Amino acid sequence: MAKDINQADREVVISIRGLRNQFGTQVVHDNLDLDIYRGEIVGIVGGSGTGKSVLLRTIAGLNRPAAGSVDVLGIDVLSADQDDMVDAGANWGVMFQDGALFSSLTVRENVEVPMRTVDGLDPKIRRALADLKISMVGLPYFAGDKFPSELSGGMRKRAGLARALALDPQIVFLDEPTAGLDPIGAADFDQLILGLSRSLGLTVFLVTHDLDTLHAICDRIAVLAEKRVLVTGTMQEMLKVDHPWVHDYFHGVRARAALDTKTAADVATKD
Amino acid sequence: MKRGTVTRKSSQDNNHPPFDCRFSRPYELHIVPLMTETVPSDIEITSTDAAVTMTLRGAMTLPYVTQIVAEFDTLPMDRTVRADLSGVTRFDTSAAWAIASLRTRLETAGQHLEIQGAGIGPESLLKSVTDAMPVITPAPVVAGGLIEWVAAIGSSMVDAVTFVLELIGYFGLFLSRLVRAIRHPKEFRLTALVHHCQEVGFKAVPIVALMAFLIGVVLAFQGSTQLKQFGAEVFVVDLIAVSILRELGILLTSIIVAGRTASAFTAAIGSMKMREEIDAMRSLGLDPAATLFVPRILALVLMLPILGLIANVMGLFGGALMAWIDLGISPAMFMTRLVNGTDVSHLAAGMIKAPVFALIIGVVGCHAGMQVQSNAESLGRMTSSSVVVAIFAVIMADAVFSIFFAQIGF
Repeated sequence: MAKDINQADREVVISIRGLRNQFGTQVVHDNLDLDIYRGEIVGIVGGSGTGKSVLLRTIAGLNRPAAGSVDVLGIDVLSADQDDMVDAGANWGVMFQDGALFSSLTVRENVEVPMRTVDGLDPKIRRALADLKISMVGLPYFAGDKFPSELSGGMRKRAGLARALALDPQIVFLDEPTAGLDPIGAADFDQLILGLSRSLGLTVFLVTHDLDTLHAICDRIAVLAEKRVLVTGTMQEMLKVDHPWVHDYFHGVRARAALDTKTAADVATKD
Repeated sequence: MKRGTVTRKSSQDNNHPPFDCRFSRPYELHIVPLMTETVPSDIEITSTDAAVTMTLRGAMTLPYVTQIVAEFDTLPMDRTVRADLSGVTRFDTSAAWAIASLRTRLETAGQHLEIQGAGIGPESLLKSVTDAMPVITPAPVVAGGLIEWVAAIGSSMVDAVTFVLELIGYFGLFLSRLVRAIRHPKEFRLTALVHHCQEVGFKAVPIVALMAFLIGVVLAFQGSTQLKQFGAEVFVVDLIAVSILRELGILLTSIIVAGRTASAFTAAIGSMKMREEIDAMRSLGLDPAATLFVPRILALVLMLPILGLIANVMGLFGGALMAWIDLGISPAMFMTRLVNGTDVSHLAAGMIKAPVFALIIGVVGCHAGMQVQSNAESLGRMTSSSVVVAIFAVIMADAVFSIFFAQIGF
């Protein structure tokens, strides 16, 4: 817990205490605590079925837990009423696994949807801003006129990110942003998230299985196991944890390959 | 000398203190909440011969960007513009976009924009936004002239003809797969057929029976009121029998079935199409026409005559009940009158239509399902269109049958 002392001066933007999630008799989270600080990129890892996506949905107010408190930017998500949640919605954006774009709207219209909640915004400016967001996530201009079904999976993810960023949120939640992308596309997406996070000052809550992503962009990693956040810390700290699952995860064949890639990349940058 | 003040827009801001010290560090300016707790932006513009100096203050955020852009539009484009951002408390992507657009316009006019007093945050945001400014390629403008209008009529005619041809094609597909199923009975999916018979037939019995009963009641009631004027009450039996057996029983059953079954076919097949299940079936060597269309359409062809018969019986029952209550025609008398006065050909004329209507409903429903594209809206659109087309086609076929029967004297 030495880490927390170093971070005591940093502003906590998400604070979860004693969270319990259960579906029927199956308990997914029990007494889960987690703090996320402003401006950091946190990667959430865990085996299948450990409730990574459930945790994301709970923080974003899409899932009601059985017990506990979830505090996002000073708003208690669980007791907030409809109006509070609408206001708070501008402060965070969610990118779902396959983008979850509205299939009957073009990409540009999708990005404009959150901006429509802003009173008195000139439609021409709204359109130009949507084009800007589309461009910022690395999509070509013509992608704005396309329907989600006409885009590739990677482009849909980028479009989903553009919609999540439409209102300049402070926090973005990304559900497996690089899943299903080719290695080059995934690396591009990692750099996109990193770049946007730094230039927009975003706090990024990232659910991922991609070890390359964890190495490349995550400031901190939180491991979900045994129904709670087992351990949080940097990649280096993760490598020292001797819990069997954590050890296997970060020392497996694929983990070593990702580490090698990262080391090679670091050497290349130094040269 | 000009001074423009951007006015407060949203009423929700009134409850908040003008400034929140938590966010006062310039480093974090652009990442504070957008919608609440904002101070409206305020722009002061001083113009000299050599340059325009703008002093910007307050929140430059999305709710105010419309006014900010309007202010920028009033700037003269013939001299250098200096923007002082040191008084800006909030700065988001939309503000960076407004400034980047202004810079582009000035540079196009051969001038430039100098920015002073921007913190590290706004500075880096401005840079990322400037780098990302989209290159806009205008879409080709479609002229709305006479030729386009005629072309639109022509293309909708072609679409209509194509649609009818496609329906005929689906009917042919159904027949060919049916013949194949008869020749290779082992490939036939009997379980699916039974399942669909239950769905389209058995489960529709209550609603069809109730509808027909009420129609019988209404016919008897309306008929008796009119016929009483001529003292011809007893003919109400003929009225009910002929209209229910020949027309109403089967027609109204078909309309109800079109409403509940055509839509169900379209939704089921359409959502499979949407989730690429149809493609998966093809790749596994399963023929969608044989596995999806044949059991559904065949079930309808088998069930609709039965439903029509139930409707006929319930319609006559309702009519008899009302005739008894309203006109005192006893059930025995109704029966005698019905058997003596109504030829069995009336029943045949009604029942012959049932399989035809069933084919129309089934083919329209399956065809519409296959037209669904990979978006949620097209599923809804095709489902409602399949019901409308099915009902319309059934009524049109009924009209054709009526004329045909009248011509041959059936």
